[in-house]
Amino acid sequence: MGKQATRVIVNGKSHARVIDARLTLADFLRHELNLTGTHLGCEHGVCGACTVLVDGRTARSCLMFAVQANGCAVTTVEGLAPEGQLSVLQQAFIDNHGLQCGFCTPGMLMTLTELLRDTPAPSEQDVREALTGNLCRCTGYAGIVAAALDAAQRLRGALAKPGSP
Amino acid sequence: MGAKHFGARVTRLEDPALLAGRGRFVDDVKLPGLLHACFVRSPHAHAKLRGCDARAALIMPGVHAVMTADDLPEPMRDTALPLLLPNPALNVPRTQTALARGEVCYVGQAVAVVVADTRYIAEDAAAALIVHYEALPAVADCRAAAEAGGPGAHSDLTTNVASTFSLAYGDTDAAFADAAHVFREELWQHRGGGMAIETRAVLAHHEPVSDLLTVWSGTQTPHIGRRMLADLIGRDLQSIRMIAPDVGGGFGPKAIFYPEEAVIPAAALKLGRPVKWIEDRREHFLCATQERDQYWDVAIAVDDEAKILGLRGRMLHDTGAYVPWGIVMPYIAASTVPGPYVVPSYQLETVVVLTNKVPTTPVRGAGRPQAVFAMERLIDRVAHELKIDRAEVRRRNLIRPEQMPYEVGLIFRDGKPLVYDSGDYPRGQDQALALADYDDFRERQKAALEQGRFIGIGLANYVEGTGLGPFEGVTVRVLPSGKVAVATGATSQGQGTRTTLSQIVAEAVGCRLDDVVMTVGDTAAISQGVGAFASRQAVNAGSSAHVAGQAVRQQLIALAARALDVSETDIDLEDGLATAQRGNKPSIAFGDLARLAQGIPGVSLPVGQSAGIEHTAYYTPTQAAYCSGTHVAEVQVDAMTGGVKVIRYTVAHDSGRVINPLIVDGQVQGGVAHGIGNALLEWMQYDANAQPLTTSFADYMLPMATDVPTCAIAHVETVNPLNPLGVKGAGEGGTIPAPAAIVAAIEDALAPFNVRFAETPLTPERIVATLRAAGAYDRLFAG
Repeated sequence: MGKQATRVIVNGKSHARVIDARLTLADFLRHELNLTGTHLGCEHGVCGACTVLVDGRTARSCLMFAVQANGCAVTTVEGLAPEGQLSVLQQAFIDNHGLQCGFCTPGMLMTLTELLRDTPAPSEQDVREALTGNLCRCTGYAGIVAAALDAAQRLRGALAKPGSP
Repeated sequence: MGAKHFGARVTRLEDPALLAGRGRFVDDVKLPGLLHACFVRSPHAHAKLRGCDARAALIMPGVHAVMTADDLPEPMRDTALPLLLPNPALNVPRTQTALARGEVCYVGQAVAVVVADTRYIAEDAAAALIVHYEALPAVADCRAAAEAGGPGAHSDLTTNVASTFSLAYGDTDAAFADAAHVFREELWQHRGGGMAIETRAVLAHHEPVSDLLTVWSGTQTPHIGRRMLADLIGRDLQSIRMIAPDVGGGFGPKAIFYPEEAVIPAAALKLGRPVKWIEDRREHFLCATQERDQYWDVAIAVDDEAKILGLRGRMLHDTGAYVPWGIVMPYIAASTVPGPYVVPSYQLETVVVLTNKVPTTPVRGAGRPQAVFAMERLIDRVAHELKIDRAEVRRRNLIRPEQMPYEVGLIFRDGKPLVYDSGDYPRGQDQALALADYDDFRERQKAALEQGRFIGIGLANYVEGTGLGPFEGVTVRVLPSGKVAVATGATSQGQGTRTTLSQIVAEAVGCRLDDVVMTVGDTAAISQGVGAFASRQAVNAGSSAHVAGQAVRQQLIALAARALDVSETDIDLEDGLATAQRGNKPSIAFGDLARLAQGIPGVSLPVGQSAGIEHTAYYTPTQAAYCSGTHVAEVQVDAMTGGVKVIRYTVAHDSGRVINPLIVDGQVQGGVAHGIGNALLEWMQYDANAQPLTTSFADYMLPMATDVPTCAIAHVETVNPLNPLGVKGAGEGGTIPAPAAIVAAIEDALAPFNVRFAETPLTPERIVATLRAAGAYDRLFAG
């Protein structure tokens, strides 16, 4: 099996490994780097639990080889907030009951992090359409949609405050 | 009981870790020396096994073992997995062996397991294993299978009928003979899956120094699993620990004990290394148990006022190749039909049929969605034929609150008479209709039609037996740190079990929520346990948490009174502090009381004081707790494409006293999503040879965020008089009536074409075909 030297920046930290060419990015993150927050629900690119940001854009880490991420910056759920803190979106998930079993949640967070970055004032329909690439079996989506809209509002509020970054 | 924690909209204690990516699911557990397993599964629905050649697989670098049935330990090697729910009406109590022996009876049945350094290598080796099969005729359709003379699902059986039973009361013959009207419906509900986003998972590790076999399993029932494994592997219960860590959704199929939960521990013991198996999604489609697949032929007898006189019929239940949970699901279905209505006479013949498909066992709803579909479709038919409003027909037949407790006349699956403990069904229906603006729907419908939009409304009622026994236990223990440790056999797959039980314990004991340290789903934490199914944990574990918490409260008060030299009636417990309500209000912390309760080595304890501050309670319900509800669905149908959009969804739900409305609403909303999937999308398809056709999320569709509206939810709280908390289950009610309400709404939307529907999932193809047969397109194009 062909091995390749690969360097990936994950959550701001550079990792160099010599890995099997067929190792998926998801397995690389989970088992080489022990970042087990990224989950695998279908391994065929539909459920979206494995969604991460690759150079700032959402990608299915189950459908991507780790070697394809060579030289890329990857963000996983572990990188959404400093250790011991939660992002505005993560906090909104708590407040709006946006998760039950929590298995699809990391993928949901990554998809919505991208949405809120690119579309600061999304409509409910915008949120729902953005989420069509992420399946949740527990919640019926209501809490997730509410969390996204709540987070968008809180983020806009923070921006509107004078002197805030 | 105060309202500080119980009944409050408390955000969940589980959430921060899961949101930060710090959950601990089975596949997140890392052990040194870990090996990875891949199962080799039958590609045939029915075949004789004629040997296996593992040479090519075994010489591959990194492969440690290939095991077939012969390589398993005694008695697992030849013993069928235990039948969990025996029943005298079950004539063919057949379950599978851990690895197939002699014959395979469904596509995906495990034949061998390969263990290797990585999952990648294990999959390579599995592909290199050569298994010789001799294909046999397969049984795909339970209707054909029920007839004598066809091929058998098992070659040694002379019949495919695993069980026939009849549930009946009253005189249906007389009711039908005298009835003003009799209407008959033939109905079908498809087979679908649990489809938790986390697939099943097993990791086993034997530690030789202590001789402890630890098994992490993504299961709803670790205590039952440990018992099953102990029997199969010939070990004492004490030498096995089964842990269900964070589990990514359950929905029923993870309540079953599976072959992999026996084989992976056997492999770990054999190899002296930890072994892990993570089910892939295709395996989940092939091997995780499924549900629904019932054919109903039922008739209803009513008088001129639409009052029900009787109901009778026959139901065929496809149980798949084996019966791991016996006939519990068809039994629940058969006993759920009368539901919230006064049905003076009832008779249902049930035939349980073996086929060459993966077994069916409870999936969220467990037989009830089918039963409710049958009853509600019949009532809609009555309304249609007698030209009475559908809600009015229901109102005339609903059991009145003053008739509670209401004895239906059947024996439920808990072995007890089917007696509804409490409920106010007319109020529930009225609340749902009001919230859904049912009364002005006809105007909205007319306005929509003028714009060329077909919208419709449908409603459905249900009663669900929840909170089934035998028991669940909770231990509450005050630690010297001041924390309150809670251990339970209850498990969590997302229901918020930790939060709910913490609320109950904190309320009873008088501590902060944050001070509760909870262990769920670990056989090492409490000696007896059952697990999650039948919407049972709030009733069973909740009641135990309350009883144990109250006992600990008394112990704390007695100790504090002695320590502070006041009478017990002077002691108040709050936020982990016992305070005397007199003098200068001296207080003592729970942690200090826990130290006092340890006593002094060699010195006798004061009279009446027991060791430590702890209590274990096992609540044993006397019967099921019957929750109920009304669903109202509003849909828009695209007549040209058959596409259906659920545009509004309303639920009135009675789960007794609500412990945490945040969590109960979440259960209802999630249940409705599952019901929408059942009604419109989810269809596990097989060909005529019982080959599965839908084995990915591209072929089998789950509801997406654009398919599920946010429900309007009303809580109708009638207190359950039978348990100390007054609660009823809430986990499945969201799913149960949804298909009936949605199909009724579609029919209502398409009323201009006078079409009727009798099946789920109601796919666009079926809607278009039905409209075409009704001449709808001639009219639409002519218009």
